[in-house]
Amino acid sequence: MNYDKNDKAFAAYLAQKAPSSKLCIGCGGCTATCTAGNLTEFNIRKLQMLVKRGENEEACKSLYKCMLCGKCLLVCPRGVDTRKMILAMSEYIHRQS
Amino acid sequence: MNVAIIGAGPAGCEAAFRLAEEGIQVDLIEKENVTGGNLNNWYQLFPDRKYAGELNAILRNQLNHPQIRLHLNTEAVRMERKGKGKFAVQLSDHSLLECDALLVTTGFKLFDAQRKEEYGYGIYDNVITSVELENKFMNQQLTTSTGEVPQRIGFIHCVGSRDEKICNYHCSKLCCITAVKQAIEVREMLPEAEILCFYMDMRMFGPGYEEMYREAQEKYNIKFVRGRLSEASENQNKQIIIKAEDTLIGKPLRMTLDLMVLMVGMEASEGSKKAATQLQLKQAPNGFIQPADPHYGNNRTNEEGIFIAGCSSAPMNLTDTLADARSAATALTQWLKHNCKHKNE
Amino acid sequence: MDLLGKQQIWKEYQKEIADDNFFYARSCIRQTFFPGSEWAYLDILRNKLHKNVVDDPRHTTCTGIGYHSDVVPVETIMTVVARHFALMTEAGYENLTPSCITSFGIYTEILDTWEHHPEIEEKIREFLWKATQREFKKPRNLAHTSDIIYKFRNEIAAQAVRLLKDVHTGRPLRGVDHIGCHYAKMFPSKGIGGAEFPAVLSGMIEAWGGEPVDYPERRHCCGFGFRNYLVMANRGFSVANSKKKFESMQPYEPDFIVANCPGCAMFLDKWQYTISEMEGTTYGKDGYGIPVLTYEEMAALVLGYDPWEIGLQMHQVSVEPLLDKMGVSYDPDKKYCNSRGESLGKPQCPTYLKVK
Repeated sequence: MNYDKNDKAFAAYLAQKAPSSKLCIGCGGCTATCTAGNLTEFNIRKLQMLVKRGENEEACKSLYKCMLCGKCLLVCPRGVDTRKMILAMSEYIHRQS
Repeated sequence: MNVAIIGAGPAGCEAAFRLAEEGIQVDLIEKENVTGGNLNNWYQLFPDRKYAGELNAILRNQLNHPQIRLHLNTEAVRMERKGKGKFAVQLSDHSLLECDALLVTTGFKLFDAQRKEEYGYGIYDNVITSVELENKFMNQQLTTSTGEVPQRIGFIHCVGSRDEKICNYHCSKLCCITAVKQAIEVREMLPEAEILCFYMDMRMFGPGYEEMYREAQEKYNIKFVRGRLSEASENQNKQIIIKAEDTLIGKPLRMTLDLMVLMVGMEASEGSKKAATQLQLKQAPNGFIQPADPHYGNNRTNEEGIFIAGCSSAPMNLTDTLADARSAATALTQWLKHNCKHKNE
Repeated sequence: MDLLGKQQIWKEYQKEIADDNFFYARSCIRQTFFPGSEWAYLDILRNKLHKNVVDDPRHTTCTGIGYHSDVVPVETIMTVVARHFALMTEAGYENLTPSCITSFGIYTEILDTWEHHPEIEEKIREFLWKATQREFKKPRNLAHTSDIIYKFRNEIAAQAVRLLKDVHTGRPLRGVDHIGCHYAKMFPSKGIGGAEFPAVLSGMIEAWGGEPVDYPERRHCCGFGFRNYLVMANRGFSVANSKKKFESMQPYEPDFIVANCPGCAMFLDKWQYTISEMEGTTYGKDGYGIPVLTYEEMAALVLGYDPWEIGLQMHQVSVEPLLDKMGVSYDPDKKYCNSRGESLGKPQCPTYLKVK
């Protein structure tokens, strides 16, 4: 990943709209419990981390798989409002298209 | 009853005071012209951001005690056990000290970052150590080698620690919390800069440490990348180009930094090694002086009458160093009373 | 960049290099693509430096290409290498100087293995005896031929006919030094200057009046890993490594590239053509590419050898712009003539890369 060249506007939007997303430490609790994650390749931990580094393709491609069930929110030890984070990402993606 | 203390860093100073309060005569030997040791290099301390100078002043003022004789600018040239349960310490001012017990508080030395060649310390202008950064905090001036305000700053954890190539397998314990503290301090000086920490693990072991890490992320917008720095190069603008893997994503990452701070680890000091050799003290695999027992004898060594405290035995933060110094003072006091009583019988 | 810091590191990585009486082990790739270089090396050592160098016509490939592609098993390559040691011993020499960097890496690796596992050395001695009735002694000194040139760089500078300078402006020429991976990356203590800031080629450049260039991808491999390069489907990956280096060195406007590994010199030279055909990109000024030299060619130019005599016409990227800068006189008409002066015909011109 070339961090210098990546478009980090998406990441900046996310940090602003869902500031608790900055607390993520990548523990993977969210992905482990994820409903969609247990049935598909959808990995919410990885996906939002990629966005933070400016790799937006995965999010644009797969974010729709999230069912907004909120299990990830219950698990997160840092208190990231994951549901809010996903909705913010969704909003950004829709605005772009 | 008298004790010679080798090294007037925080451990040596605190132990000297506690021993003096117990009525024991203390000779405190320090090779520099000020007390405080490595504490002199720091600006603010974790976890409460207290000024290092404040703590240093407290420890220094305690030394104004009738029972303490402070020898500054003096090195312990030769230490050995004499007969009749005494020790002799030959000083660099040609005087000879005789004492009933020795306390080795020779502290630590910082890893020489030049040994990590691939990081370019000493070769690239904008690669500095954590101590050099503290210096910049003291002078309230944070600029790159070309005098500009850095837009992106990276902290590299585990430099010289946990590294088989350097033969330092141990963890230096404090670098993670120091990096977080310094990242926050940099943020306070440069509100607009991008600040990243490159870590292998986040070892936030002490009270308030994990909370500080959390605060760094949430309030101070510090970014954390789990990935070890593999190599650094310099571009034509003297910026540092780094390669690390973002292991939480599983992809290699490259970026340009304006300033790179190396969190250099702790190693046994030259003084510790000299003391260990001269007094036949056992050294642990990590090079520090081995305590007699990790739970019940952490201030004693394999040699009767020789005690250790602080970072001469292992990397420690200041809280634990001072606690260790007090524990050494208690152990010493008890030992002296027991031994000297028997000698007088 | 702090030279003092680098010098500190170089002090720690100094290795012993023999003085004279060298057994020369030729290189498969260097002989094929840069035959003039091997001739130039021998001529320089014998006639300019008055050293005793011997090479044996019965010398073979070290089978490094096969070994690194998993085609040749390790016992075979060890026995082949043992035969090389035997040839050296029979000729009465103890100083081994391979021309190829991969060979150097293999000799170093094998000697190190035998040091830690003497039982393997015993086994190989047995194999060699069974196969060829030969016996060998291990070399007392192992150094790459670029180490030898480095060792005598000041003697060469003393005899220099011209320096690595632009004669029109007096500016030192900027040279990118590329070190073969098998030189120092496997055993950093066996390379002059270690693995991070190798000094063997930059030392030569400096001694001969040039200016070594340090650029971000200096340490990166050129892509000539045999098992990657031999498979055609994977060749793009190989080329991509060289491309990464070119992109990184371009802003520094180097006048030339010098390599001590023959494979690297071949790659960096030929891939500029390949990349230009694939994407239309050329590196260097005015579309002529960045000339690539082997260190023997660099030494020979400094000592005044004729460019066509040392084989520079074999290079893909035209060396003439560099020759013009250095003030080397050459006959452009003789470029594609054989030793009798008969024309061999001109090669086809590339689409984008300009050639002289």
